[in-house]
Amino acid sequence: MRYVMVIDTRRCVGCMDCVVACKTENNVPEGYNRDWITEEVRGAYPQPRLEIRSERCNHCARPPCVSCCPTGASRVHRGGVVLVAHRQCIGCKACLAACPYDARFTHPDGYADKCTFCHHRVDQGQLPACVSVCPTHCMHFGDLDNPESEVSRLLRSRAHHALLPEAGCQPHVFYLT
Amino acid sequence: MPIELTTTRHNPGIDPTLHVWGWEIPVYLFLGGLVAGLMIIAGVRLVLVQPRERQAMVCCTIGPLVGLTLLSLGMLALFLDLSHKLYVWRLYLTFQITSPMSWGSWILLLVYPALLANALTHLPEAIPSVARRFHAFVAISDFILARPRVVIGIGLANIVVGVALGLYTGILLSALPARPLWNTAILGPLFLFSGLSTAAALLHGILVLSFKDGERPAFADFLLSSLARWSEGRAPDTRIAPLLTQADNSFLTVELGLLILFLLGMVSSTAASQQAAALLLTGPYAAPFWVLVIGSGILAPLTLQYLELQNRIRHTLAPAVLVLVGGLTLRFILVFAGQESHWARVASLP
Amino acid sequence: MPELSRRRFLKISSASIVTAGAAGSSLAALARTSGATGESGLRQVPTFCDICFWKCGCIATVREGRLWKLEGNPLDPLCRGRLCPRGTGGVGALTDPDRLRTPLIRTQERGAEKWKEATWEEALTHIAEKMKKIAATHGPEAMALFSHGIGGTFLKHTLKAFGSPNIAAPSFAQCRGPRDVGFRLTFGEDIGSPERTDIENAQCLVLIGSHLGENMHNTQVQEFATAVGRGASLIVVDPRFSVAAGKAKYYLPIKPGTDLALILAWMNVLVTEKLYDVEYVTKHGHGFEAFVAALAPWTPEWAYPETGINPALIRATAREMARYRPATLVHPGRHTNWYGDDAQRSRALALLNALLGSWGRKGGFYAPSTMAVPDYPYPEYPKAKRPKVDNPDHKYRFAHETLTTGIREATLTGQPYPIKGWLVYATNLLQALPSEAETIRAIQQLDLLVVIDVVPSETAGWADVVLPESTYLERHDELNVEVFKEPFVALRQPVIASPHDQKPNWWIARQLAVKLGLESYYPWKDIEEYLGARVKEAGLDFAELKKHGLIRGPREPLYFEDGAPAEFGTPSGKIEFYSNQLQQAGFDPVPKFTRPEAGPPGSFRLLFGRAPVHTFSRTHTNRVLSDMMSENAVWVNAAAARRLGLKSGDRVRLRNQDGVLSHAVGVKATERIRPDCVYLVHGFGHTARGLRHAFGKGASDAQLITRYKVDPLMGGTAMNVNFVTLEPAERA
Repeated sequence: MRYVMVIDTRRCVGCMDCVVACKTENNVPEGYNRDWITEEVRGAYPQPRLEIRSERCNHCARPPCVSCCPTGASRVHRGGVVLVAHRQCIGCKACLAACPYDARFTHPDGYADKCTFCHHRVDQGQLPACVSVCPTHCMHFGDLDNPESEVSRLLRSRAHHALLPEAGCQPHVFYLT
Repeated sequence: MPIELTTTRHNPGIDPTLHVWGWEIPVYLFLGGLVAGLMIIAGVRLVLVQPRERQAMVCCTIGPLVGLTLLSLGMLALFLDLSHKLYVWRLYLTFQITSPMSWGSWILLLVYPALLANALTHLPEAIPSVARRFHAFVAISDFILARPRVVIGIGLANIVVGVALGLYTGILLSALPARPLWNTAILGPLFLFSGLSTAAALLHGILVLSFKDGERPAFADFLLSSLARWSEGRAPDTRIAPLLTQADNSFLTVELGLLILFLLGMVSSTAASQQAAALLLTGPYAAPFWVLVIGSGILAPLTLQYLELQNRIRHTLAPAVLVLVGGLTLRFILVFAGQESHWARVASLP
Repeated sequence: MPELSRRRFLKISSASIVTAGAAGSSLAALARTSGATGESGLRQVPTFCDICFWKCGCIATVREGRLWKLEGNPLDPLCRGRLCPRGTGGVGALTDPDRLRTPLIRTQERGAEKWKEATWEEALTHIAEKMKKIAATHGPEAMALFSHGIGGTFLKHTLKAFGSPNIAAPSFAQCRGPRDVGFRLTFGEDIGSPERTDIENAQCLVLIGSHLGENMHNTQVQEFATAVGRGASLIVVDPRFSVAAGKAKYYLPIKPGTDLALILAWMNVLVTEKLYDVEYVTKHGHGFEAFVAALAPWTPEWAYPETGINPALIRATAREMARYRPATLVHPGRHTNWYGDDAQRSRALALLNALLGSWGRKGGFYAPSTMAVPDYPYPEYPKAKRPKVDNPDHKYRFAHETLTTGIREATLTGQPYPIKGWLVYATNLLQALPSEAETIRAIQQLDLLVVIDVVPSETAGWADVVLPESTYLERHDELNVEVFKEPFVALRQPVIASPHDQKPNWWIARQLAVKLGLESYYPWKDIEEYLGARVKEAGLDFAELKKHGLIRGPREPLYFEDGAPAEFGTPSGKIEFYSNQLQQAGFDPVPKFTRPEAGPPGSFRLLFGRAPVHTFSRTHTNRVLSDMMSENAVWVNAAAARRLGLKSGDRVRLRNQDGVLSHAVGVKATERIRPDCVYLVHGFGHTARGLRHAFGKGASDAQLITRYKVDPLMGGTAMNVNFVTLEPAERA
């Protein structure tokens, strides 16, 4: 099983509902983001190109945050989900520095924190909070190892990219273009 | 046409540019490298120099004792940096083979006994006042010196652990591929040789401070001079000073070579690396880099120490201070600029 | 005033009400499984949202006595189980530390924001005494109510019982009024709210200044995303490269204020090239020949210098619209008070839709329906002795709702009669009406200003009495009897108790009526009694409503082709291509373009709009939403910024043509806007000290809108007629 997120940038309007939902679902403290919106503008007025992306931890297949963790607090769980065991984390911040996506932060309580793909919901058969609230239905979540899954079909049929593939981490959040 | 990138993320320490490590980590890396250098120098003395010739006070006793102190300070700095301090013991419940930090935490455990053994070997002759009060020190020293193999073993242990420690302080950073400036294995040897040069400089400085009053530089540092005096007993053998100077110049030369290789590698690599190198060469860190690291941290002491060796000028504290400041600055610059270097620079807007 | 036909959608047979109950219960199973996490210690309450006026159904989850999260009610046809970011972030409204906590009575001069805390008894007695005094001296009509949203229902009732007809909302003269007038004049019906736009079925969608996606009206944005996802052709006209523009097939970077010229040119092409829906126009149109004749001069070549849009592009987009008609929807927009020609521009937009045959057609404008829920049988209101104060002599002939700015004007001048008391409910007049100075001068004429709100807005800062209202999550409200694609009745019910001394609006309105001796107008004691009676009268089950949050009614035909009656409430009973009403009133029977006035040299036209995470100026202390966006930025064209030596992140102040200076605000130098205008998201730059978290953050467009242009047809206040220059500010 390999959980991935597939986000349709054509539908996304950057409304940040994903961010808000993550905050309330996961009690993310004020001033911190587990997910966020990036707007990328290329070209000049009046013909710029605009891509809006809902970004978060990419739950990489080669996660440098896991390999640099001195205590094993950062681990790869079922479905390739990268998680941090709070009570094993010493707060050395190596994982923050190791992530090319800057997806992690130090929780005010001291441990490293980030997107969990809402594994607590996924384990109960629900979608991650961000996916479940998205009013544009631009976000999809599922198992890439299942060729019949929606995410597999979307990645087969649509052009897509991932972020900073050159950083070599094999990110698993994909953006349909 | 530049790309306009805006993000709504605003995580403390992350945005607009990563800055999760403050003064603690550069100080720790600097002290770690310095201690590594002290270990290696002391280890080499134990292995190569005959006991009678050793004149070991500065290198083999004060060096390791200072090393123990500095290492403890460094670890204190490291501890201060941790944001989840109560869980620090978690480091020692596991060994993570891919994590330089895990390696480092175990290496640090080996550093203490190695340094301590080194210090104890010649303690009674170096600090007779302590030896008079605690006979155990004499017994230990006698025990060790009576067994040349143990002496060699302690020496080798110091060299091996010292090299590991020195390399680790660089590898710690280079194992974080997200930061292009750190993404080179040269950081390991660079920090090792920088550590060696600072260690040689520190020992040389201590030596200079213990010269006879007339030769002592007017600006003698109070702390270091009292440290030297604390040894009372025999005055340190100043004949070792040129040796240390010579060593320091070799280390500085290698360090300079490694720095050049480091930068050459960066500017001839990907755009991300070029941008990273530009932070040092022309960017916000250029002034301290060229002035404090290259100029006064390497080139100036090289020149001064060359002149000292030629007996054209007196041995002074100046090169030591310059090298130490240069070494510390190098760590600060590499840690701070490294955090700023990024694969994709994100312009954050309000 | 022309006779407008009674809305067809109110004609609902009693038979359909019976089936409504059945439809509701069949959905019960779905509701029970929805949103339930199965975790113990959780309580779920369905209600509907009030962060904006869209009224999406939501399900609140309470964990260990605290509100944990808000999710869309899957039964709700508006939100379809998914709230917008503001709805999801409604959690923060509850815990906002800047909330009003207790009634306040002013102790110093107005605007000093100095109050003493009071009990409800003290505060309401104080208000009632003042109101009685005003009525005794000036008549009960001298009291006015400004209200926004469904929460105002009971206060309106109290004021009507008191004998005043002067009840207004900024949603007409400052927002959607021109649009509704333009469409009424053409089709005889309003666009309504939620808009009757069939975006999800549109093959071609045209947005003129409408920034869906940034303007986060949930259903519309969901349907917009569906249309985009389906590959519908999207044409976006905007001086700013909006989020929607980023998805458009055609983006038209129009010169601000010239939309009408573009619409006329489009219609010229459709007519000249015979691309319009001939059959539809022949069948339903009135005065088409005169209309065609009037259009003749407005060629794309004529429009080019006015709009800056290449004639080839005008023709290409006109043909694109024709290609997909009648499933081509030219969106009517919502906030349409822009340049002073707004009702006529909206009428032109209606005419364009008429040419495309989209009114009453799939992918165009559907026919909404509603459920019959009789009003509560209140006693008849006293007859007001004088007519409404806002529009003397029907100066604005086509205004069909009360003008806020008309009441303000009467307050200032005492003409046609004095207004001496304002009740302001849930609207921040100082940010909503143009010209703060006029509003403040009007307030100074008052004997009584009462503000009822959740947070201490700028307007509350000037009040004599401030009454703290419970948030929508802590109160009941009037039923939402929705007029929509699919009719339903929704219930707002408390999820959790108010944390301090806040009270629900129904309680406030009722208590005030009691104090005023109007108890007979409140035969019910408790809101549940009132709601229960209404629901019962409608033949619905109150218990079911409480359980599911809403009851859906049967769907009615949405399109002419499905049997929706093709009736038009215009005087001719047809789509009025040529308007005799307008001609008789001395206006252009077919819209004509007037070139907008240019600003001072070197200045930028100030434009404003919405962000998806905020509503008006009401949500900026909601910690969840302010965490999404705590400050706005002034958008400046990248090249223009370079010329001014500005880069993104620099701090500037905006100075308008009258010398008014804004707060310091960050620059967003961007390729997403024309070089002749700048853009601010509305609602920031708060000056109310009680809004501690939002105070001084960002710049307020409202502060800079010192000038406005009044729409001659309906009295709407056009606000995009202000110009600013940028000057560097010290770092805040």
